Amino acid sequence: MLTVHRWVAVIGGLMLACIGVLVLCLQFGATSVGLGSVASAIMHMVRGDLADSPSLETSEIIMVQIRFPRVLMGFLVGAGLASVGVTLQALLRNPLADPYVLGVSSGSALGVSLAILFGIGSTFMLLPVLQFFGFAGGLLALLLIYRFAQSKGRLPIHSLLLAGVILNAILTALIMFITSIMEPNRSAGLMAWLMGSLTAPGYPALGVFSIYVVVVLLVLMHKAQLLNVLTLGEETARSLGVETERVKKHLFALTALLTGAIVSVSGMIGFVGMVVPHAVRLLIGSDHRLLLPASALVGGMFLVLADTVARTVLAPAEIPVGIVTALAGGPFFLYLLLWRKDRMF
Amino acid sequence: MTIDTVESTRFWLSPDGSAIEVDGLSFRYQRMHGRGRQWTLDHLTFLVGAGEILGIVGPNGSGKSSLLKVLSGLLPIGEGDVRLGGLSIQKRTQADIARVVAVVPQEYQQVFPFTVAETVLMGRFPHRTARWWSMGIGDETAGDLASAHQAMVVTDVLSLADRLVSDLSGGERQRVMIARALAQEPKILLLDEPTAFLDINHQIEICSLITRLRAERRLTVVLVSHDLNVASQYCDRVLMLKEGGLCRIGSPDETIRPDVLRMVYGCDVVVDAHPQTGRPRVTMPMSMV
Repeated sequence: MLTVHRWVAVIGGLMLACIGVLVLCLQFGATSVGLGSVASAIMHMVRGDLADSPSLETSEIIMVQIRFPRVLMGFLVGAGLASVGVTLQALLRNPLADPYVLGVSSGSALGVSLAILFGIGSTFMLLPVLQFFGFAGGLLALLLIYRFAQSKGRLPIHSLLLAGVILNAILTALIMFITSIMEPNRSAGLMAWLMGSLTAPGYPALGVFSIYVVVVLLVLMHKAQLLNVLTLGEETARSLGVETERVKKHLFALTALLTGAIVSVSGMIGFVGMVVPHAVRLLIGSDHRLLLPASALVGGMFLVLADTVARTVLAPAEIPVGIVTALAGGPFFLYLLLWRKDRMF
Repeated sequence: MTIDTVESTRFWLSPDGSAIEVDGLSFRYQRMHGRGRQWTLDHLTFLVGAGEILGIVGPNGSGKSSLLKVLSGLLPIGEGDVRLGGLSIQKRTQADIARVVAVVPQEYQQVFPFTVAETVLMGRFPHRTARWWSMGIGDETAGDLASAHQAMVVTDVLSLADRLVSDLSGGERQRVMIARALAQEPKILLLDEPTAFLDINHQIEICSLITRLRAERRLTVVLVSHDLNVASQYCDRVLMLKEGGLCRIGSPDETIRPDVLRMVYGCDVVVDAHPQTGRPRVTMPMSMV
């Protein structure tokens, strides 16, 4: 049973681990920076004397202007994706649900691509506009999936995955169509973004994004107990006094909001939303009051680590982080589908 | 505990002492394409007394499960009214109903690794006192824990408390679901096919548990069953549905009779007296071939 004591112990421990991972990953990249520079750069940032300090070394500039925002964004994106995964899994009562697999990310990506095609918010100064398009696209995809996969009030796993695959194919085709009618230099940027990239949009936009992620996360955590009851099945949840239709609408909207925001800044990063909640659930159990924040923290760490791999394996060149997460998460997904099927249904 | 139960029982009872009053109840599914405008439940009127065990029987598709869902507020009333403890179900919110009525569904599948204790504690959900800032962490009061513990003792699942629900056998899972419903501390317990898919040993276990619960907790029980013998042996009264209409309601002796069963099910069966209880017992006739 979940006691306050256990919650504090697990979340506290994970927070410490997060700090460790973040500091560790700040060191790696095209140029390796020692722990000392990491520390002094953090000190500069804490004191707020970055702009006018002539004493900054190159390594500190790299740290403050490139690497720190990137690691922070990786953490927020990973945390957000894992939270979306946890929520979708409980909502659809399906442990394989993931925004990427179900086509929610593709829906958001299509929304953002359309916005960019028509020149709306092509710069990151208009981040909220892109996020709105991402939200609209993601919500539409989620509602379509739900509509198509549902039969007799239930969401069988095979029809859910099948609907996701088909929707994904259609949406990807539309996105490809958009890139093909763009001028080559713009479409190249769009493609790089689509494959998943954590290039940070600069501090103001990053600030907006972090507030966004944290607020949605807190609202989701507030609904964690409802997620628990929803896993009992919709009718049982209603017989326990939950107004399921209203709760479902809220949760759909929240997941689409978060997915839209994430996709608009980082493109399509797959499998974090499925792998992380699954692994965390095996370790700490299913109670969403603990599972949700723990998955968010682990998701953040996972993506920061994956991004560090993406930045360093072919340094100074970078590979898109979406490739790393897909290569790590895809086989895990297959493993679950093939060998742990009996626990899925 | 006992005093408390008696007090609250008196509080919610309707003046004439019945727990559930069904008054001209009709229901039909909104999006039933083929069958047009036919009622799934057709003008049913009956009472369920407090502390009574009522069995609902009838052929497949006669509306048994739909009736149970209307009684628990899961399906909306078409015409007529259902009153729980004298108060119309339409005037109660879903949470309000959940504090009076608990439902044990026919089957329960849990895809996530929840333990038995966690599942039973979820039954306390309708009674939780919301503290928005705690985000639900540590919301379980001592009262909640005691109630869940008591429910697990009564249903004999305490030894399974830390096991995962998905690892249990059918009979164990059914007992966990009853424990979950009891943790809700309901006045009325609705069960959909509680003995389906269970072997004879577990059937006896569940049925005697239901009888014991009525005695110990003064629960009003309504159960749907395909098994006419379960209805006959364990229910005070039996309600027979046919094509959504109320065909007969009364004691097992009045309802489990060859002529009534022929009318409802359209076939001949052998009915004799149970050697121990004397209640009617239904068996299949010798094959005519």
